[in-house]
Amino acid sequence: MLRKLREDKSFQGTTLISPTLLFMVGLLVIPLILTLVISFGSRAADGTVIYGFSFHNYVRLFGISTECTGGKTICFDPTYARILSRSLSLAFNTTVLAILMAYPLAYFIARAPSKKRNTFLFLILVPMWTNFVIRVYAWMMLLRTHGVINGVLGWLAGLFGIDFTPFEMLYTQGAVLVGMVYEFLPFMILPLYTSLEKIDLSLYEASADLGASPIRTFLRMTLPLSMPGVVSGTILVFVPVMGTFIVSDLLGGRQIVLIGNLIQNQFLIARDPTFGSAASIILMIMTLIVTYFYTRKFGLSEEIVGI
Amino acid sequence: MSEFSVELRDIVKKFPTPEGGEVFAINNVSMQIKNGEFFSMLGPSGCGKTTSLRTIAGFEWPTSGEIYIEGEPMGHRPPYLRPVNTVFQSYALFPHMSVAQNIAFGLEMEKIPKNEIKRRVAEVLEMVKLTGMERRSPAQLSGGQRQRVALARSLVKRPKVLLLDEPLGALDLKLRKEMQLELKALQQEVGITFVYVTHDQEEALTMSDRIAIMQGGNVLQVGTPVEIYERPNCRFVADFIGETNFLEGEVRVVEENRVTVHIPVLKTDIIGTKAEPLSIGEQVVVSLRPEKTRIIENKVNMENCFQGTVLNTAYIGSDTRVFVDLGGVSLRIWEQNKISTLDPEAYYERNEQVWVVVMPENALVLHAG
Repeated sequence: MLRKLREDKSFQGTTLISPTLLFMVGLLVIPLILTLVISFGSRAADGTVIYGFSFHNYVRLFGISTECTGGKTICFDPTYARILSRSLSLAFNTTVLAILMAYPLAYFIARAPSKKRNTFLFLILVPMWTNFVIRVYAWMMLLRTHGVINGVLGWLAGLFGIDFTPFEMLYTQGAVLVGMVYEFLPFMILPLYTSLEKIDLSLYEASADLGASPIRTFLRMTLPLSMPGVVSGTILVFVPVMGTFIVSDLLGGRQIVLIGNLIQNQFLIARDPTFGSAASIILMIMTLIVTYFYTRKFGLSEEIVGI
Repeated sequence: MSEFSVELRDIVKKFPTPEGGEVFAINNVSMQIKNGEFFSMLGPSGCGKTTSLRTIAGFEWPTSGEIYIEGEPMGHRPPYLRPVNTVFQSYALFPHMSVAQNIAFGLEMEKIPKNEIKRRVAEVLEMVKLTGMERRSPAQLSGGQRQRVALARSLVKRPKVLLLDEPLGALDLKLRKEMQLELKALQQEVGITFVYVTHDQEEALTMSDRIAIMQGGNVLQVGTPVEIYERPNCRFVADFIGETNFLEGEVRVVEENRVTVHIPVLKTDIIGTKAEPLSIGEQVVVSLRPEKTRIIENKVNMENCFQGTVLNTAYIGSDTRVFVDLGGVSLRIWEQNKISTLDPEAYYERNEQVWVVVMPENALVLHAG
C-alpha cells in the first residue's frame, strides 16, 4: 500500500482528491439525485412525498394550472412564471450594475502603487467580516420610511424649509437590487482586479505609441484583456443572486418573491417538497443554460479559479 | 524641414522619490539627431538613456526644456499625436491579437482603408521576413520573431523617427549579432532616423553613425564610434568604452598636442597626447589601451619605454592577455597572436623581464576625476 503510494502517480492523485470527492458525492451528487427524484413525485395530504413519475410540478411552474375559475379544466396562471422571470431579470440587473460599479474601482486599484493595492483590497473585504444577514438588516435601517436616509433628507428639507414626505424605499424591487449589488460587489471587484492587474503597462504605452487615443486604448486593449475578469465576476455574481432568498426576504418583504423564496416557502411553509424540488431543478437548469452560453461566448478563464 | 530629426534642448527630468524628495533622471541634456541617422544612447543602467527616449516618445514629459521633432516643439503632446514610434524592450505585443492584427493596429488608428492596410502589412512582413506568420498569436512566436513583429508594427506606420529601447536585450548572443546587422541594413534601406538605446557598447559601435555616451543623467560625449573610442573626452568614456589602463600623474610640459606627464609611482615621465585643454601642474590620468601598448624583450631607444615583469598571462586564442608589473602599477596588454606556433618561446611567461613601449599618440592624457 505504502509502496504503491510512493510509486503510482495516479494512485497518489486519487488518494489526494478522495476526501473532497467523498464529500461532493455524499453532499452534492446524492442530494441532487434525490431532489430530482422527489420533483417527479407528488405531495401527500400530510406533506410527505408520494413517489412517482409525473411532470405536473414542472407544468405548474410554467403556469399551466388545473385549479381554474369559470369551469375550465386548464388555464394559465402566471404567478410562478413571473417569479422565474423576475429572478432572471434581477440577477441580470444586479450583474450589470455590479460590472459598472466594480470596473472603475478595480481599474483604480490595479493602477494604484503596488504598496497601496493590498490596503485597498483589504478594505473591500472588511465588510465581509460582518455576518451577511446583519449587513442586510443594516440596509433595512437605512431604507425604512423612518430610517436613516429619510431622516437625513427630512432634516435637510427642514433646513431649507421644503415640505418632505418620506420615500417608500424598503420592500421595493429597488431595495432588493441595492441589497444584491451591495452584497455581491466584492465578487465582481476581485476577479476584475486580478485580470486588470495582469495587463502589462507597456501594452497601454504601445497602444498610445501606435496612435490610439485613451478611449480607443480602453476599447481595444483594456476591455478585451480584462474580459476574463468580467466573465468570472459575472458567474460569481449571477449564479448566487439567482438562488439567494435572504436579501429579497428582508428588503423585499412579501412583495418581491424570487425563485429562492419560492423554494424556501415550498419546503418550510407550504410543506410541498415535490414542488420545491422541481423549482430547485429549474433554477439549476436556468443558471446552467445562462452560464453555458455566456462562457461559450466569452470563454471561461483562470480567474474563477483564482478566487 | 529642419536639419535635425530630433532635438533635445536643455531637458531636465526629475522624479519624486517615495521619501518625498526628488531624483534627477536627466540632468540637463541637449542632443541633436540628424535626419536619417542611426543614433545611439549608450550608458550604464540609470544613466538616463531610457528616460531620454521616453521623453521623445511622449511617455514622460520633461520637467523643463523642450523636445523638437522635425523642428516642431512637442510640449505636452501625448504619444498618440507624435510622429514617432517605439520598439519596446519587452516588445509589448498585444497578446489578444494575431501577428497581422498587431501590425495593422497602428494603421487602423490612422483610419487607413482596409485594402491599403492589407497591402502594407504584407509588405512589412516581407521586409522583416515573417511572411506566412500572419495568423500566429504572439505566444506562438520565438523571441527573435516577436522582436521582428515589434519592429514591423512600428515600421508599418512609416514614422519619421523610430525609437528603439534595447530591442535586442532579450535575445541570445548569436541572434543578437545577426539582428544587429539586419537592423542596420534595414535602417539604411528605409532611411528612417533610428534613436537606439543600449547598454551594450559593442552593439552601439557596430550599428551607430553617432553615439551619445551618458552617465548620471548627463551626456558626456557625442561622436562617431571611432571618435568615441580613439578620442574619449574624459576618464569615464575612456573607461566605459573598451578596456584601458590608467596611470595617474601631473602635467609637466605642454607643447601643442604633446604633453609630458610625471607619473609618481613609476618615478618617471611619460609623453602623451592631450585630448582636452590642459595646464601645467594639473592632475591627470594617462589612458593606455591594452591593444595599443606593446611588449618587447630588449630595451630600445624610444620614448616611453619602461621596464617591467610579467605577472601573469592568459591565452585566449586571437590574443594573449599579458599583465605586466611596472613597479607599483600593473598594465593589461593585449598581444595579438599573429603567428601560428606551438613554441613556448613565442609566448611571454610569468616572471619574465620585459620592456613596455607606448607611442606618444597612443597615450591619451585626460583630466583626472
